[in-house]
Amino acid sequence: MALQSSMRWRYLKEGLFFGLVRLSAFVITAALGGLLFYIIFNGLGAISWDFLTLAPTDSMTKGGIMPAILGTVYLTLGAIAIALPLGIVSAIYLTEYARQGPLVRVIRIGVNCLAGVPSIVFGLFGLGLFVVFLQFGSCILSGALTLGILILPTIIGASEEALKGVPQTFREASLALGVSKWQTIYRIVLPSALPGILTGSILGIGRAAGETAPIMFTAAAFFTAKLPSSIFDEVMALPFHVYVLATAGTHIEATRPIQFGTVLVLVGLVLVVDLIAIIIRSTIRKRKRW
Amino acid sequence: MEDNRVIKTKDVNFYYGKFRALTDISMDFEKNRVTALIGPSGCGKSTLLRLLNRMNDLIDGTRVEGEVLFEGMNIYDPDVDPVEIRRRIGMVFQKPNPFPKSIFNNITYGPRLAGLSDRVELEALAEQSLKQAVLWDEVKDILGQSAMMLSGGQQQRLCIARALAMKPDVLLMDEPTSALDPISTAKIEELIQDLKRQYTIIIVTHNMQQAARISDRTGFFYIGKLIEYSATEKIFTRPDIKQTEDYITGRFG
Amino acid sequence: MTRRLKEIIIKRIFFLFACVSILILGLIVAFLFREGIPIFRIVSVRDFLLGGEWYPTFDPPAFGIWPLIVGSFIVTFLSTFIAVPLGVLSAVYISEVAPRPMKEILKPLIELLAGIPSVVLGFFGMVVLAPWLQDTFDLPTGLNIVNASLMLAVMAIPTISSIAEDALYAVPREFKEASYALGATKSETILKVIIPSALSGISTAVILGMARAIGETMVVLMVAGGAAAIPESLFDSVRPMPASIAAEMGEAPFRSEHYHALFATGIVLFLLTLAFNLIADYVSHKFRETGSGTL
Repeated sequence: MALQSSMRWRYLKEGLFFGLVRLSAFVITAALGGLLFYIIFNGLGAISWDFLTLAPTDSMTKGGIMPAILGTVYLTLGAIAIALPLGIVSAIYLTEYARQGPLVRVIRIGVNCLAGVPSIVFGLFGLGLFVVFLQFGSCILSGALTLGILILPTIIGASEEALKGVPQTFREASLALGVSKWQTIYRIVLPSALPGILTGSILGIGRAAGETAPIMFTAAAFFTAKLPSSIFDEVMALPFHVYVLATAGTHIEATRPIQFGTVLVLVGLVLVVDLIAIIIRSTIRKRKRW
Repeated sequence: MEDNRVIKTKDVNFYYGKFRALTDISMDFEKNRVTALIGPSGCGKSTLLRLLNRMNDLIDGTRVEGEVLFEGMNIYDPDVDPVEIRRRIGMVFQKPNPFPKSIFNNITYGPRLAGLSDRVELEALAEQSLKQAVLWDEVKDILGQSAMMLSGGQQQRLCIARALAMKPDVLLMDEPTSALDPISTAKIEELIQDLKRQYTIIIVTHNMQQAARISDRTGFFYIGKLIEYSATEKIFTRPDIKQTEDYITGRFG
Repeated sequence: MTRRLKEIIIKRIFFLFACVSILILGLIVAFLFREGIPIFRIVSVRDFLLGGEWYPTFDPPAFGIWPLIVGSFIVTFLSTFIAVPLGVLSAVYISEVAPRPMKEILKPLIELLAGIPSVVLGFFGMVVLAPWLQDTFDLPTGLNIVNASLMLAVMAIPTISSIAEDALYAVPREFKEASYALGATKSETILKVIIPSALSGISTAVILGMARAIGETMVVLMVAGGAAAIPESLFDSVRPMPASIAAEMGEAPFRSEHYHALFATGIVLFLLTLAFNLIADYVSHKFRETGSGTL
């Protein structure tokens, strides 16, 4: 009898616990779903061909966001062009060449710490080094360098993981044929790791495209009359555009539709990029034969 | 007589960190012979094999003492390039490890990186190597297909062909049939018998019948030491040492 | 011989590239200090950190960032308080409870949530949450601690959930089997065996989630309200450090006292997140060494 009631209590606890666990998963899903739905619902009305292809007019209350889209694309491509070679080479050193020891541990901790630096601190750093010290001024180059440094740890991490996933037997087989280490890496290891590295880089692109704080003082402008003509020009950028219109404009309410439209474009861009990475990754995982 | 011994080890000790995996190994390997290394697992036979083409270099924290002479030259001399050594001493691994490339590209991978670029020569080399490995008839029409599609036995013969394409002098085999079925194993054993006319073969095996069937000389290892080393026939019929006899007759394993 | 030389050169060059991360970290420190240190000619470190008044543009100005530090910590702790249960429980759901197809959907979904730009969350907090809070609780402003903490929690949840899930996943199956074999229910096994075994991994997740929250700029810039004062209730506005830097740097004249003070605030923020990350690294490293032995 006592045993039975204790069993009933245990099953009640069981139900309660799983209820909570399921609820939390549901809350997160609902939060994401609600957020996306709200943005799409409110933003879709603003999207038109003109919105995507024209520059803002009438002190930002009309027209489109083309310069901001373009600016974000420039900054992101610049960032990835800087971070990708640096990141891949660092990862190759760490996984293929470095012997375990204090030096490698220091580099690892350094990469981890870099990954944890707040984005606003990257902004300050970019301001101090690129804008002020190197006198690039606030421009695409400064912004792309800052964003590149920001996503460097992401790229290193993803590349390291991809390289570690290449079976050791591939390396042994190549080396045993009298092929040098570098050629083994270049011909066998890198091609096998490439899809994984690619995934990481695409996630890096998504991150760079969405960041605001690092470009506030290093690249972004509230409004530019012309499109940038060199890497030493200031640019508009989607995230900064959202921030400025939502907080600092004189027509905050009047530009609401434009704000929603810009948010939708930004979220769409970032999520599509992330989704591509996720899909590539799951395809590799399924296809992997070693 | 001296010329006949392609590889000689002199008082070789080998350490993984502080653990001594091999103790005072002195051994000669004769040309155009099959030498088998046997012993219970963990006895150091695979470690010794991987010492002979410096594959143990890849493991952090290892150390070698003594000399390994290949044609009279110590391969552990500081100015010896291990890459050069590995071109002349080929290796076949426990599990077939083809690259995720086509069959043709697997075979020609090594020669191409060694500088051979003529297409006709490469094709001839591929055919010759695949024939030597008795795989040609099975794959001659699918050379462009991925090596991953072959069966385990075919993959292992491909790996042997890939090693042969480098035209090595010595072929090291680390339990090459342990991952294969009996039919594939028989084919590979037959192949080894053919290959010894041109190559010096050193094979690690955990299968004593295999050692007895294919080798000319056999070395028995136990806890990092070479216990007994002589003609295979002698080892398997009238070994000098009690430990060898116990192992051969299955009294311990 | 030339080939070996080439190999050595490649290795050296790669090493130099690998050191770039360290170099950048060093440069970050150097430039933060270069631009931040001059403020300490005007205020002492003690007055800067513990001073209760932040009036950088008054005459005479006051550079005390205590209210900003307090603001940062309050929103960080409150958001952690919200995000930890949700993040950890959802990780439990994904790793132990969810049927396979559900898992395949939820994992990328959480990754997508992590990908949403912070400016979008800030925007959402301003446009949706703030008016709602204001109406529902009859507040002077909806831009306050609660709002900022909720949006920060949304940012921190994916970090916490995915790292915690890795830790739960790594718990050896034998532990679970042993527990079931002793007649424990599934929830008892999860609560008494699996979660304790993964505890240091989960702690790492929580610390990294906090590091993410304390360093986050756009959310607190847009929805924390911006009042540089010690709050008296959770519905008061605050001005966390990142918000202060982002909002004021644009107006601070180049190399003015205000400019240096903002860089000095950046130093404080940097050191705080550095500490969080080093602790997380230590905890996870310890975890890796002892592995499943930590119960």
